[in-house]
Amino acid sequence: MLKIKDLYAGLEGKDILQGINLEVKAGEVHAIMGPNGSGKSTLASVVAGKEEYEVSRGYITFENQDISELDPEERAHKGIFLSFQYPVEIPGVSVTNFIKTAINETRKAKGKEDMPASEMLKMIKEKADMLEIDRKFLSRSLNEGFSGGEKKRNEIFQMAMLEPKLAILDETDSGLDIDALKVVANGVNKLKSKDNAVVVITHYQRLLDYIVPDFVHVLMNGRIVKSGTKELAYELEEKGYDWIKEELV
Amino acid sequence: MSFKDKLLSSYIALEDYLEFDSPLHDVRNNAIKIFEEKGFPTKKEEAWKYTSLNSLLKPDYSVYSNKERNVELKNVRKYFLHEIDTYKLVFVDGVYNSFLSETTHDSLDVCLMSSALNKSKYKPVIEAYFNKVAKSDSLTSLNTAFTKEGAYIHIPAHKEVEKPIEIINFSTGNEAAMFLQPRNLIVVGENAHVQIIERHQSLSSNEVLTNSVTEIFAEKRAYVDYYKIQNDEATASLIDNTYISQERDTVCRVHTFAFGGNLVRNNLNFYQKGEHCDSTLKGITILEGKQHVDHNTLVHHIAPNCESHQDYKGLFAESSIGVFNGKIIVEKDAQKTDAFQQNNNILIDDKATINAKPQLEIFADDVKCSHGCTIGQFDEDALFYLRSRGIGLKESRALLMYAFANTVLESVKIPELKVRINKLIANKIGVSLGFEL
Repeated sequence: MLKIKDLYAGLEGKDILQGINLEVKAGEVHAIMGPNGSGKSTLASVVAGKEEYEVSRGYITFENQDISELDPEERAHKGIFLSFQYPVEIPGVSVTNFIKTAINETRKAKGKEDMPASEMLKMIKEKADMLEIDRKFLSRSLNEGFSGGEKKRNEIFQMAMLEPKLAILDETDSGLDIDALKVVANGVNKLKSKDNAVVVITHYQRLLDYIVPDFVHVLMNGRIVKSGTKELAYELEEKGYDWIKEELV
Repeated sequence: MSFKDKLLSSYIALEDYLEFDSPLHDVRNNAIKIFEEKGFPTKKEEAWKYTSLNSLLKPDYSVYSNKERNVELKNVRKYFLHEIDTYKLVFVDGVYNSFLSETTHDSLDVCLMSSALNKSKYKPVIEAYFNKVAKSDSLTSLNTAFTKEGAYIHIPAHKEVEKPIEIINFSTGNEAAMFLQPRNLIVVGENAHVQIIERHQSLSSNEVLTNSVTEIFAEKRAYVDYYKIQNDEATASLIDNTYISQERDTVCRVHTFAFGGNLVRNNLNFYQKGEHCDSTLKGITILEGKQHVDHNTLVHHIAPNCESHQDYKGLFAESSIGVFNGKIIVEKDAQKTDAFQQNNNILIDDKATINAKPQLEIFADDVKCSHGCTIGQFDEDALFYLRSRGIGLKESRALLMYAFANTVLESVKIPELKVRINKLIANKIGVSLGFEL
């Protein structure tokens, strides 16, 4: 589904990603772990198409099509979703109006009619219930004054509504208490199928108790330096990252 | 002959028609003298530094149009907020149009300045209020000298007007270039409530210059909610002078929606004369092409324990120019004043300009005054966030524009008007989002 080949990318001519190779197949869950500043969020932003990042070498394909030159909205239309580490506050636009706009714009891009209002309402209700989101929450301005946990839950709500093929969850566990973490993870697991894939970016192994990865990758200095199975996450939790650094030397 | 000379000689001709024994006669004569001395303002004056009237003074304007022009309802219906549920004062080329209007004398007066000036029963009101709060600057004086027609609205004490009043000035373009000077007087009695919508609308692409003066008097505990819709043709320019006098415990709100026209100058002046006044000045400005809109506000805190809230949002595309000059004066006696001013601007294109100038003159020592002014571009992180959800660049920008304007829009108290303004904004930014704020 997603193939990243020898990817160098960064800001203002300085590459933060230094030769990433990664393949994510349908039905898989990948975790990307690594210390602060290793390039985890950059990788997420580059895959989602943030324009300020420049790709200097390598390429990204999604379903066998090179997406390196596509706009963020075009990538979204293909089914790529990024759950933001820091979701942006948009005062004056309610969660409901935002998600309606996102869904109908995506449908429009695929040549489909707007989703009928009744169907939309039903879907909103269903997904909000699944994530234990209060109805009042949906009429509030997008992310404005939301707690850290509310913001993250709202991101997963959007994911549930947009039903992406590939979801990249950037530090979705930060700011969540254990109960909220379970609800969010449970939501992600319910959305999981053999046809879609999830990439979980995290500092800590904690989230991986609930969203169990098939593969774990360690990102350091813009490169994937080690890959393994879920056991690698436990090892990192226990021993930190220094032993990998030593291994590399 | 310069436009100024033309106006001065027109005044001499007008004087022949006026009643010499009217108390207004002296007021007019004084006013024309002031205009003669001062002339049209130039960029040399501090208050006109960013706005030049030069190009507006060149056309050979017709100063009078005495004939009643016919305008068909079907052609102008779209400019009315509502066909039935509003009072209407409609003027066509400066002349009252009875067919399109709906006036009343039934427990309140919604009628004409011309009849108020000529009928003796209105004389006490005219004497007590006319030209009593307007400044004697040159443009206001020019209007005062030529006062002839406009809205006369008198709401008696404790009257809550059940439907909004629309004041609409059409210009037909029957003259190659038209100069209009409507003069409105609005007196809102003690504890009375009123909502007013004002609009200037050209119906052709011929040039129009309007120099409008509106005086509003809010007697104690009165509530005045005033909306200005400025969405005119690219050949229509407006100088709008509004003066609001607030007695104690009054609430006065003015919303200005500046979306169209060639050049617009809004001189909006609030005078808080009694304690516990509340003044709100809000505006959304969305410009493109070579449009130029200048908001020049004054809130004069004269009495203690009053509040004022200003919130102006501006979006400037292409080569458009915006000016915000907001002055707050807090007099020595106006202790415990709470004055707030906010002006946020987004420059959409590289060639757009905004000149923002907050001015605070505070002579009291126990006050709360704050002002904030920002000039920026679209937030790139916000755009990326929206686009990553599948919303296109144009629509994402539109959504951010809506979000930006929302703090002003949300305080519009007339639901149909809110819907209307939403549509105007959607038209202006070229994107309809399928929902209203």
